[in-house]
Amino acid sequence: MTTMAISARDLSKKYESGFAVSHANFEVPLGTICGFVGPNGAGKTTTIRMLLGLISPTGGTAEVLGESITHPEKYLSQVGAMIEGPAFYPALTGEENLKVLATLGGFPVERVAGLIKTVGLEGRGDSKYKTYSLGMKQRLGIAAALLPQPKVLVLDEPTNGLDPEGIQEVRDLLKKLASKGTTVFVSSHLLSELELISEYIVMLRKGEVVFAGPIQDLFLMQQPFILVKTASQSDLQKIIEIAQADGHEATIRSEVAHIEGPADWAGTLNKKAFEAGILITQLSPQMPNLEETFFEMTGDKK
Amino acid sequence: MIRIVRAEWRKLRRPTLFLGTIGAALFFTALTSTFLYLMIDSSRGNSDRGRQVNRALLELSGGSVYAFASVGGLLGIIALCVFAAQTAQEYTYGTLRNLLVRQPGRVRLLFGKLIAMKIFALLMITISAVVSIGISYFLSDRAKVSTALWFTTVGFQEIGKTLLNVSISVIYFGIIGMVLGLLLRSPISAISIGVLWILIIENLLGAVKPVFLKWMPGNQLTTIAQGGSPEVSYIHALTLGTSYVLIGALIATVLFTRRDVSN
Repeated sequence: MTTMAISARDLSKKYESGFAVSHANFEVPLGTICGFVGPNGAGKTTTIRMLLGLISPTGGTAEVLGESITHPEKYLSQVGAMIEGPAFYPALTGEENLKVLATLGGFPVERVAGLIKTVGLEGRGDSKYKTYSLGMKQRLGIAAALLPQPKVLVLDEPTNGLDPEGIQEVRDLLKKLASKGTTVFVSSHLLSELELISEYIVMLRKGEVVFAGPIQDLFLMQQPFILVKTASQSDLQKIIEIAQADGHEATIRSEVAHIEGPADWAGTLNKKAFEAGILITQLSPQMPNLEETFFEMTGDKK
Repeated sequence: MIRIVRAEWRKLRRPTLFLGTIGAALFFTALTSTFLYLMIDSSRGNSDRGRQVNRALLELSGGSVYAFASVGGLLGIIALCVFAAQTAQEYTYGTLRNLLVRQPGRVRLLFGKLIAMKIFALLMITISAVVSIGISYFLSDRAKVSTALWFTTVGFQEIGKTLLNVSISVIYFGIIGMVLGLLLRSPISAISIGVLWILIIENLLGAVKPVFLKWMPGNQLTTIAQGGSPEVSYIHALTLGTSYVLIGALIATVLFTRRDVSN
């Protein structure tokens, strides 16, 4: 039995204009929440569409729940998905829209009422979809993805249009699903959200996977840094000189010295600053967060 | 397959679509049937393209369904619009990706949708037939048309035959609508091109050179509903119409199964 929910090997999609996805290699273990990140046009949605059998790869292969994506009928009954935002029939009610999909997938329609409640749409299930706000549409999309009680849940930007409370609800829901063994493969541009819930990260840039693995490994690859503030602005340059003399890269950004170096060097720096008569008002060792790492790895400036 | 049919039926049975379509079908049925009898003595004709349908013709055993057969082409155009819209809207709403995630068998999905729409069309045809025969019977007295042969054994056979012909015609029109929907992926384009071709272009070509009508797809399907016409035989219309529909369906099915779903 496979231990991987998703695995891609040299997965590629080439159009006349070039590669949308180029030789992508990554694995997502069962039961984890995996964040799928990349700038717009990086190939995230193309990859998701290939995994769901909606478009054919031009090279490589991938497996979902141990089955090749060339036979999506073998695994899609265990996969829930919301791709590129919710899409439903405007003239049908939210509930009726879910019943169409439940009937089509062979799932009990009785499941619909519970899902409407789970995603916080109780009382609006019998309203026409065209009357829904963006947040409500998004919730309905998540409900549709949950219809099969999936082993693998693929969500493309599930928090688009949701208010902070809604975002928190989705985050809690995904955590709850993962705790019950559901693998969640979620793309989002809200990197701080992904950082809070993801155990794994797949990072794409211009169609290529630049990182795939546990999120901790990603952070370990990044340089820790120390932020330093001094009582006097003129002392910041002296701090930079001390850091550079010890072989650390250092710059001043927004009246704060930004020094690349491990947390344990902060003590040394503090001692040397004291000896030089510099009064440090803030000294904080930091690890880069997902957003900073993302910009670092994708080469995009914040 | 049954799951697909039932899922599609959930969409087709929504009141605005169902009642709107049946209402349109009944309107055209009532209009055609009423004109046929009320204008029986009009010098400007009482049937399509100003044709004169006289009492002798209406008093034959097939007289009860003459009006119904005449409205077959219009029912076909309604079916074309419904089939085209129901197919193409999956692309414009982006719902096709949801359907394919739940039912990845593309040919199966297509045939399931077709079966559901066929059931919808057959329901529309049956209701139209009942209304048309009812109006014809009701107005026959006023138009001084004898109905003595209408409900004999032969009369019922004629009713059955016409029902079959209209059903074939309407479903063929529907399949053409579905093909256009799949090819053009836009309800407005599919419906406007389909209706424009059948109602305007074919008639213009036919007016310029009547022999063209012998080869035009829309005219073949209308002729099937009427059980043949003075210009085109039933067998010719059925053979050519079936060929057009099969070729179109084959091309659309191959495209649908192979094309990436990227919207």
